[in-house]
Amino acid sequence: MSLVVLRRVSFAYDGTPVLVDIDFTIEEGDFLAIIGPNGSGKTTLVKLVLGLLRPTSGQVEIFGRPPSALTDRRKVGYVPQKATHIDPLFPASVEEVVGMTLLSGSRPGGRTGREARARVHHALGEVGMADFAKGPVGRLSGGQQQRVFIARALVTSPRILFLDEPTTGVDAETQDSFYEMLHRLNRSEGLTIVLVTHDIGIVNKHVNRVACLNQRLVYHGDHEGFCRSEAFREMIAHGNHLIAHEH
Amino acid sequence: MQALLAYGFLQRAFLAGLFIAVACAVLGVFLVLRKDAMIGHGLSHIAFAGVALGLFLNVLPLAAALVVAVGAALAVVKLKGRAGLHGDTAIGIFSSLGLALGVLLASLARSFNVELMSYLFGDILAIEPIEVALAVGLAAAVLVAVRLNYDKLLFMTFDRESARAAGIKVGRLDTLLMVLTAVTIVLGMKVVGILLVAALIVIPAAAGLQVALSFRAAIGASAAVAVAAVVGGLGLSLVLNIPASAAIVVLCFLAFVVLFLVKKGRGVPPAAA
Repeated sequence: MSLVVLRRVSFAYDGTPVLVDIDFTIEEGDFLAIIGPNGSGKTTLVKLVLGLLRPTSGQVEIFGRPPSALTDRRKVGYVPQKATHIDPLFPASVEEVVGMTLLSGSRPGGRTGREARARVHHALGEVGMADFAKGPVGRLSGGQQQRVFIARALVTSPRILFLDEPTTGVDAETQDSFYEMLHRLNRSEGLTIVLVTHDIGIVNKHVNRVACLNQRLVYHGDHEGFCRSEAFREMIAHGNHLIAHEH
Repeated sequence: MQALLAYGFLQRAFLAGLFIAVACAVLGVFLVLRKDAMIGHGLSHIAFAGVALGLFLNVLPLAAALVVAVGAALAVVKLKGRAGLHGDTAIGIFSSLGLALGVLLASLARSFNVELMSYLFGDILAIEPIEVALAVGLAAAVLVAVRLNYDKLLFMTFDRESARAAGIKVGRLDTLLMVLTAVTIVLGMKVVGILLVAALIVIPAAAGLQVALSFRAAIGASAAVAVAAVVGGLGLSLVLNIPASAAIVVLCFLAFVVLFLVKKGRGVPPAAA
């Protein structure tokens, strides 16, 4: 089942084209990496799907509707690009941050405080951060903060999770355990994951689909096909690294 | 002191002061964290034009200020969104215009008098029963509006983009926050005056943020500082015969210094990388 469909989507900032004629689907169960050089339109593509931007032309659908008409936003989890660049002095506890998505949902009176707290603690448990619930989020390390933001995205039990450059500024060891966690969520929970990155090397062990952007969609398909593609050779020529696929 | 509290004017001052202080402190936490602290300063200048208009038209100055400040707050939101102005340029424009119009209207009404001074510097001990009713009612309405939208306001303040992605109408919330701030500023000017009301929004919030480890705690600490400052300021004003508005603001600042030192003493570790 296609969770996301883009039909001939183009987008321009002040007349400068960022994305041109994108035709593209995201299927249920995909662990998709959207890759491409800086400025290739990766973040713009995700923002179009989420309804944060409107396409200049073409159609975007998520769960069969235009993003602006999607009433149940709880189906969609989002970890934005600068999630770990939060104000360290912001006085929010970890459980307050995770509860934001749950408590501020558009369905009024949907959850009692006790149920909300239970879901928050379950989501924190999923990412191994249950022991930090009461502490201020600003004092956590970058990797720990990233887990908290994943928990915030997971707390509504979404069917699709978008992560935009989630490991920027996170050390290599933490990145590995972070991707292991995403892999588990995709495999055992069936969560569809869309990961934006400019470094395919690190995600290569886990993704099963690749979309390569450079204003246009230059490749969309499975990993093996990508390794044989012209797009892959172009990326290697421009200094992007790829490690052996371990599926 | 107990005998003094039997006086109606003191009861009115404490009642109005406490409600307004809490409303200012609660909104202040959101505004300071949104880096909108100066909005209070700007809207208070605009409210000055409203007071002058009230005096000019011979209607209740507080009501005229309310209409003008809320109208200007809506205009600021529109101007920020549509005119592509940077940062607080919109508030800078309206702030200067408000002050200029205030001076102009006050001059035309020949009302550079004691009443105008009471709005510039505050005179809570002279608050009228109708103003108390207005203040308590509107401050309570502000607090209810914040409570009903608390989670959305918190999400938007913390991470605007994720809040939008979660379906929160951030534009509507911006407007709500500006209108609530305008109402609160107008109420606050009776307590500490147009020239000092921004302090009641900013300083208790800044003080509370020194020690709070959660957002809820920041709101609580900010409200506690504001209430303590209003009660203490009114008390000092009576005992030492000094202006209540100045005493309230100075006490807010002292609370900020104390809580800043508490934070330093606690040795808050730096934020991890």
